[in-house]
Amino acid sequence: MLHEPAVKTGIDKAAEKKAKLGVKMFFVYTLVYAGFVLIGLTKPELMGLELVGGQNIAIIYGFGLIALAIIMGFIYNYFCTKMEDKMNKN
Amino acid sequence: MIYEVSNIAIIIFLFIVGLVLGVSFYFARKTKSAANYYAAGGNIHWAVNGIAFAGDYLSAASFLGICGMIAYSGYDGFLYSIGYLAGWVVALFLVAEPLKKLGKYTFTDALDSRFNSKHIKLAASISTLIVSIFYLIPQMVGAGDLVVPLLGLPHWMGVVIVGSIVIFIVATAGMTSTTYVQFIKGALLVVFSTILTVYILQNGLSLTPNPNYHKFAQTAAFVTNDTVVSVPDSAYSIKTTKVVDKLVFVKLAKNGSDCWFKLNVTGDKATLDEMLDITVTADGVKLYNGAPKSEKKFYQVGHLSKIVVDGKEVDKTGPVGPFEFIKTIEKSEIVRFSKKSFADEGNKVTVYYQKITKGSDVMKPGLLYKLTKAVGATFWDRLNFLSLMLALFLGTSALPHILIRYYTVPSQRAARKSTIVAISAIGFFYVLTLYMGLGSMISGALDVESSNMSAPLLAKTFGVGIFSIISAIAFATVLGTVSGLIVASSGAIAHDFIDKYLQVKMTDKAKVKAGKLAAIGVGIFAIVLGILFKGMNVSFLVGLAFAVAASANLPAILFLLFWKKTTAKGIAWSIIVGIVSSIGIILFSPTMYEKYGLIPKDAPIPLDNPGIISIPLAVITLVVISLLTQKDNSTKDFSK
Repeated sequence: MLHEPAVKTGIDKAAEKKAKLGVKMFFVYTLVYAGFVLIGLTKPELMGLELVGGQNIAIIYGFGLIALAIIMGFIYNYFCTKMEDKMNKN
Repeated sequence: MIYEVSNIAIIIFLFIVGLVLGVSFYFARKTKSAANYYAAGGNIHWAVNGIAFAGDYLSAASFLGICGMIAYSGYDGFLYSIGYLAGWVVALFLVAEPLKKLGKYTFTDALDSRFNSKHIKLAASISTLIVSIFYLIPQMVGAGDLVVPLLGLPHWMGVVIVGSIVIFIVATAGMTSTTYVQFIKGALLVVFSTILTVYILQNGLSLTPNPNYHKFAQTAAFVTNDTVVSVPDSAYSIKTTKVVDKLVFVKLAKNGSDCWFKLNVTGDKATLDEMLDITVTADGVKLYNGAPKSEKKFYQVGHLSKIVVDGKEVDKTGPVGPFEFIKTIEKSEIVRFSKKSFADEGNKVTVYYQKITKGSDVMKPGLLYKLTKAVGATFWDRLNFLSLMLALFLGTSALPHILIRYYTVPSQRAARKSTIVAISAIGFFYVLTLYMGLGSMISGALDVESSNMSAPLLAKTFGVGIFSIISAIAFATVLGTVSGLIVASSGAIAHDFIDKYLQVKMTDKAKVKAGKLAAIGVGIFAIVLGILFKGMNVSFLVGLAFAVAASANLPAILFLLFWKKTTAKGIAWSIIVGIVSSIGIILFSPTMYEKYGLIPKDAPIPLDNPGIISIPLAVITLVVISLLTQKDNSTKDFSK
């Protein structure tokens, strides 16, 4: 007796390729996030360093992490939708 | 703090509650099947689901807790915003679509989809309940905190009101009404936080936050051997001197009333600076700045002591842009308020003293989390920071009440799109938390007794209308999140445990009834806990829920999705080890020792955030048990 989804969905031929892309993008983001944590752990004084337009690394990196998550989300969706449209049509 | 109740506040509050109840009535008629009750029939539009995700996720801890933490500790509070948002990346890239494909109504369904194992059903339903209840308590406590200034009611009534409304929402229409309540609340929260931020930027920075802002008294002092010997101003007379952790506090009498001051010595110059104090006398009377609460001698605080624009000191800036706001704070100086408690003639005295802090220190980590050797950071301090950032990153995609939202949309594509809408809305909101937190810090809006109220009280400095709306939204925030948590908990009890684990035979109608009864039970339990835990820090238990979720659930989800050798016993044991180790570490942590009334340094585990130990432990357990029980998998057909 296996559970089934609340709504039946068709077979997604792009699932494997999408998962691979997801893993890659996850590692990219994790690396950037780890960089932020690493600076905090090893060289916290660097965080106060002014970088551009009077903003320090803490602000640019922090805002950057939030913006990057949103941008990567859109990129991921673009490629996934393309893969689904292409592979599920055939 | 004394709050005055306004009629506008009550009207707006009633309007929002009415709206929420109306939505529940409307959808109640359509909720006939279990699929409707637990998963809103799987037919919610992805955009609605995305904003509902935001409404579900942005709990009292995000709105009240993070803004309060930024208002008191600067950038360190913003670390939570960064970590909470980064957690969504794990949800989007790794969990969203596969989980949508595997599950039916609950997170347990997904974990168990390949195995049909009793071990998994039991372990996962226990884990769902524990995480959801840890998450529920601070929401209920927050609801009580909000009702005091908004409606002038006692704390317990706030808890009962929230509990009753939520039981009604969930028990009438389950996930459908919950979804729309979360949608409305998520949208309102983001829109009005934006409006509040615009107010902050339009107001700019000023040395005098508002015309009624308290003028702190300062008087010269003569000091010998770190002891104040006399005060030249004859209006004052010295009554007591206390040295607490190398800080010198002096009680002065003026015109028959007493007030506490802090000694500050710079070079040859010594001054005494006025503080706020709360004294609990031996017979239990609580005095605010030496008088009962009703005399309103206690005031809100938080201001700038120096504003520097383009290298020049100014009194105020006028309207500023978002980047200019941050840049100016970084160059300026802020007066924060730190707390110390001590005994004086049988009375318990708590003082809040002015602490001038450089803007450059406010705008980088370090005020709350010790990270540099210069401030005495130890190995354990750094490990605590690492552990927190790890739990925040891995906790989001392991929260059962968030994961169930993937079953409300019709397809994997919709699951993905709704996650992206959620990330955008939540990310935008988290950027605003920095402005709302810093705004509270410098606008004379802080109630030193309750950091949770920073954002609503900031709104109050702009007018009672916006304060009422923001408070009512904060209240709706609690409603939205609590509804989601109660749906998740009722699913764990009625669907995972009674239906699937005990295999009690039920018709679809009986399943809905069981779910509703479980929701009522959990709701009543939550009300009791909310009253018992009054005064508990809102963000503390949420952080704990994240750590437990990241330890108990995430290794199980990720290994199920990405490691073919994962077995049912491996998953079940990993969940149990994750729960026990994370809760065990928390119970023996310095913070909990302090709460037990023991000395924090005596705690056997010098870590407050357990993730760095409990997450690897759960992973090791999963791998080892799975490798030992490989023969279980050889009898199963996973081709489906």
